[in-house]
Amino acid sequence: MPDFGLIVRQNQRKQDFYAKNYGDIMEFFFQQLTNGLTVGSIYALIALGYTMVYGVLKLINFAHGDLFTIGAFLGLTLLTSLGLTNNIGTVAGVIVLAIMVVALVAIIGALLEKTAYRPLRQSNRLSAVVSALGASIFFQNAIMLIYGARVRVFPQNILPSTAVNIFGLDIPVVRIGVFICSLVMMAGLYLFIQKTKVGTAIRAAAIDQGAAKLMGINVDRVIMIVFMIGPALGGAAGLMVGLYYGKIDFTMGWIYGLKAFTAAILGGIGNIPGAMLGGILLGVIEALGAAYISTAWKDGIAFLVLILILLIRPTGILGERVAEKV
Amino acid sequence: MLLEIENLKVKYGNVEALHGINFHVDEGEIVCILGANGAGKSTTLMALSGLVKASEGTITYNGEHINKARAHDIVKSGIAQVPEGRRVFGTLTVFENLKLGAFTCDDHDLSASTLEWIYKLFPILKEREQQLAGTLSGGEQQMLAIGRALMAQPKVLLLDEPSLGLAPLVIKTIFETVKEINSKGVTIILVEQNAKAALKLSNRGYVMEVGRLTMEDDADALLQNEGVRKAYLGG
Repeated sequence: MPDFGLIVRQNQRKQDFYAKNYGDIMEFFFQQLTNGLTVGSIYALIALGYTMVYGVLKLINFAHGDLFTIGAFLGLTLLTSLGLTNNIGTVAGVIVLAIMVVALVAIIGALLEKTAYRPLRQSNRLSAVVSALGASIFFQNAIMLIYGARVRVFPQNILPSTAVNIFGLDIPVVRIGVFICSLVMMAGLYLFIQKTKVGTAIRAAAIDQGAAKLMGINVDRVIMIVFMIGPALGGAAGLMVGLYYGKIDFTMGWIYGLKAFTAAILGGIGNIPGAMLGGILLGVIEALGAAYISTAWKDGIAFLVLILILLIRPTGILGERVAEKV
Repeated sequence: MLLEIENLKVKYGNVEALHGINFHVDEGEIVCILGANGAGKSTTLMALSGLVKASEGTITYNGEHINKARAHDIVKSGIAQVPEGRRVFGTLTVFENLKLGAFTCDDHDLSASTLEWIYKLFPILKEREQQLAGTLSGGEQQMLAIGRALMAQPKVLLLDEPSLGLAPLVIKTIFETVKEINSKGVTIILVEQNAKAALKLSNRGYVMEVGRLTMEDDADALLQNEGVRKAYLGG
């Protein structure tokens, strides 16, 4: 049993500390809230990859977290080797960097689908799960062999460390930037899925692959597109984590992947708005939990959410489908 | 001859569902395939659509072998199917379902005029355009499934048990519409357990028994046939 008395006392002390330094309790709360929103938007981006793949293949792509890691490491390599931010300015440099990372991770995602999942499409689902775990181990070890097992640090001073004052709250520019970039990508994805022909085909394939084929939809191609979009968003998230926190290592995809997976379940696996909602909600719960209960319990709180959602509402918040008449 | 099927065999694992069937369909015909549950009628249509692969035999459509073609290419070549159990996309709207039907068509004007025609055939679909397909009644879903298949502007329409689970009045409407679709030059292959209604609608019919076609004749002749009457028309 953890000593809850001690945790509460420590917390009290921490809150007193923050109260002294942040001025007041409300400011402390809102700082944690914005922090949670930002982390949550990153979880949401990764969660979208899990949920979209699950939607069309009913498979959890356990290698997805490692594609996120690849995004972070590719970002570091491209950033340091090309020196984009020095040559063409910070904003343009980061945008070009993001485009390259997204494209490369999307290609890796497509290759992953072709080599690890497509040959197993007709076999039972467990084989594909084992293949997913194998792919995850492969990626993690490949990254370790290429980059080494130590923590790598992003070059500092690329992004401004200034803060802007919003409603009397000093919020770091980078935090706002990450949040807005994530929201823009999510909005883009949502519009793509809802409004375009290919997006509708993805939704149709998720509902009934056979019927989708009867519409003339090339379901193999739809699956490949899904395996490009999901990793692209995950890779972008990896890059943002690298730029935002500055430190990356080859196992980072494991914990982020699990959190994002939790977020996808929380929102309702297979449901795209659900993944967005679940990610942001989980980020906020985790940040507030870490602030008011204990930082050491941060991960525990996230997984407590997973256990509770599985016990109370296994379909997730938005995971309920319209009843279909037969 | 628009479609010619020769010695078609289909296997599910080790079980052979079709033991080598032969039939043909001419342009503009309505041909029905009758038979009991599990006779292999749906498997035949699935093989025509490329959703199951023939282990042996050939399917010739417009002079080309399509038994190795992929499902989406078959749709593009002009064979659309209304599958058994309708299989509309329940969480998509009626309009989105119809639009998906035209997935292979790039001609927007043509799609728009086809949509107009479908709304004329089934006015209820226009009324429920923005409703989720899963909230429609069974009959409306069947109409949507037919409309969705028509959006591909098919030359051949495969109908798998369109009357299944529907009220007699709705069945009548649907069969009348099938006749009207056929009058626009769409060739129709109809799989049915409702043998009487199917034969009345069709030009020719085949009878299928456990993976074999055992009878072929004009629809009127089959309606009079003693064996068919006993087995499928209730005496």
